[in-house]
Amino acid sequence: MSAAAPLLEAAALEVAVPGRVLVRGLALAVAPGERLVILGRNGSGKTTLLHTLAGLRDPRAGSLSLCGRAYAEHGPRQAARLRGLMAQQQLDAFPATVLETALVGRHPHLGRWAWEGAADADIARESLAAVGLAEFETRDVQTLSGGERQRLALATLLTQRPRLLFLDEPLAHLDLGQQVAALELLERHTEEHGAAAVMVLHDINLALRWAGRALLLAGDGRFELGGAGEVLTPERLGALFGHGLREVVAEGRRYLVPG
Amino acid sequence: MPTRRRALLVLAVLALATAGALALALAAGSLRLSPAEVLGALAGPGGAGVPISPSSASGSELASEVVLGLRLPRALAAFACGGLLALAGALMQVLLRNPLADPYVLGVSGGAAVGALGATLLAAPLALVHGGAFGGALAAMLLVFGLAHGDGSWTQARLLLTGVVVAAGCGALVALILTLAPEERLRGMLFWLMGDVARATTPWPALLTLAVGLALALPFARELNLLARGELPARALGVDSPRLRALVYGLASLLTAVAVTTAGSIGFVGLIVPHAIRLLVGNDQRLLLPAAALGGGALLVVADTAARTLVAPQQLPVGVLTALLGVPLFLILLARQPRGVLS
Repeated sequence: MSAAAPLLEAAALEVAVPGRVLVRGLALAVAPGERLVILGRNGSGKTTLLHTLAGLRDPRAGSLSLCGRAYAEHGPRQAARLRGLMAQQQLDAFPATVLETALVGRHPHLGRWAWEGAADADIARESLAAVGLAEFETRDVQTLSGGERQRLALATLLTQRPRLLFLDEPLAHLDLGQQVAALELLERHTEEHGAAAVMVLHDINLALRWAGRALLLAGDGRFELGGAGEVLTPERLGALFGHGLREVVAEGRRYLVPG
Repeated sequence: MPTRRRALLVLAVLALATAGALALALAAGSLRLSPAEVLGALAGPGGAGVPISPSSASGSELASEVVLGLRLPRALAAFACGGLLALAGALMQVLLRNPLADPYVLGVSGGAAVGALGATLLAAPLALVHGGAFGGALAAMLLVFGLAHGDGSWTQARLLLTGVVVAAGCGALVALILTLAPEERLRGMLFWLMGDVARATTPWPALLTLAVGLALALPFARELNLLARGELPARALGVDSPRLRALVYGLASLLTAVAVTTAGSIGFVGLIVPHAIRLLVGNDQRLLLPAAALGGGALLVVADTAARTLVAPQQLPVGVLTALLGVPLFLILLARQPRGVLS
């Protein structure tokens, strides 16, 4: 069986901020159904890399293609039908209902003068139900708790129905049950829709459990990319975070705990 | 759930309110006219054949002259300026992602004031005063844009700070001009600063600008909804945000410049009308932008009618009345639970 055409392909990618190279020479292909997690210290460039991969920031060098074409060839609208981003922070300057906020995910699918129709509302309601916000439809977003707001952002991303999902710390502010539920939802969603997810995450054990591959950023241009099982080891992560880790095996699963 | 039907319904209600405000403006004044007389005057001399009760050709001629020659142009100018200011305010609030932004926050009216009062100080003819206002507004706009855009980042905070500082600088220049101005010109300058529709010579430039502004902004209304939620999520959803922000900035500044040139710097309309409409019907720009234009226009027509009738024969600067009308209205809306009966 031949591998499906990759959704995202990066070659010789160099990502930099003024005065510092964050990632140098990254070659990466993300296939449908894949789940990739990005880990690294604070300030190591995880968000910057994620935005670059999502085509929202120019790389310093290298090439990037989404479904076989460069972002510039797609144009912003077409790209938005293929990939979505859940940002690290959700800011609401104005009041809006939860349903209205989920519905903004339909924007790239609607014509200039079109209004959201019943089919769009169905998709939004389905996404809200999937994150447990079905009862919140008419609530004002400015009254939501941090975790509820985060789940709404996830529902907005699912409403967009992109094939490639970029998520920046999507589990922040979520309680334990909601963290696992969100990861399982993303797993189901990627499998059902032939989609792939690239996610910045801080929880090593959830990363081990959920991700197929992991990308570790050192923050100085170096990185390690490989299967989550091979890359997420006490030695590598200990060196990355500057704090020792121990491995615990329980019921056939590996867990990494701070030493 | 936003629907087109609800939007059209709200706009129809506002259009009726606007028509009512215009009717009031045409009927009220030192020569009080009945609705039939107003209609007769609008139909033109010898038109439509509406019976006029006190009858006599000279009576109907006078009514026609007052309505067509004086009240209609002034009411239309008031409507256009109110609509321009409210539309510009709504756009500015999206651009700065701040519900408390108003059309003057980035210094456009300050620049216009320096231009207009400077021309008045030099005893320039009226046309030059108008030209000075418009030129000053454009200069302030380009200055703020150039300075804020200097390093290419063009962030909201930088834009806002640059605008506020330029506005403060203009405020100092205005104070200087007022200090230097001879006694007999001070009153006109003060009226200009408070806003006064009586100075509008013709309503057409403002009306045309309002129509063009709406025609340019409405196709981007859904994208503006996204921009109001933040630059990054907007771009991720396919909005070409640098270009859209430049368009919104330029458009809001031009609308403000035309309004200020027509009737001086009338306060509160640009801040309060979009905010009140938002509290009543929500923050969907597809509805908010045209609703703010109608609501702002209607409010200023009513305020201007009050300004010329309340203490007639003396006229009040309409900016004082928009503040006196707008502030309590705003506070009442704010005190109610947001998003009331209409949503």
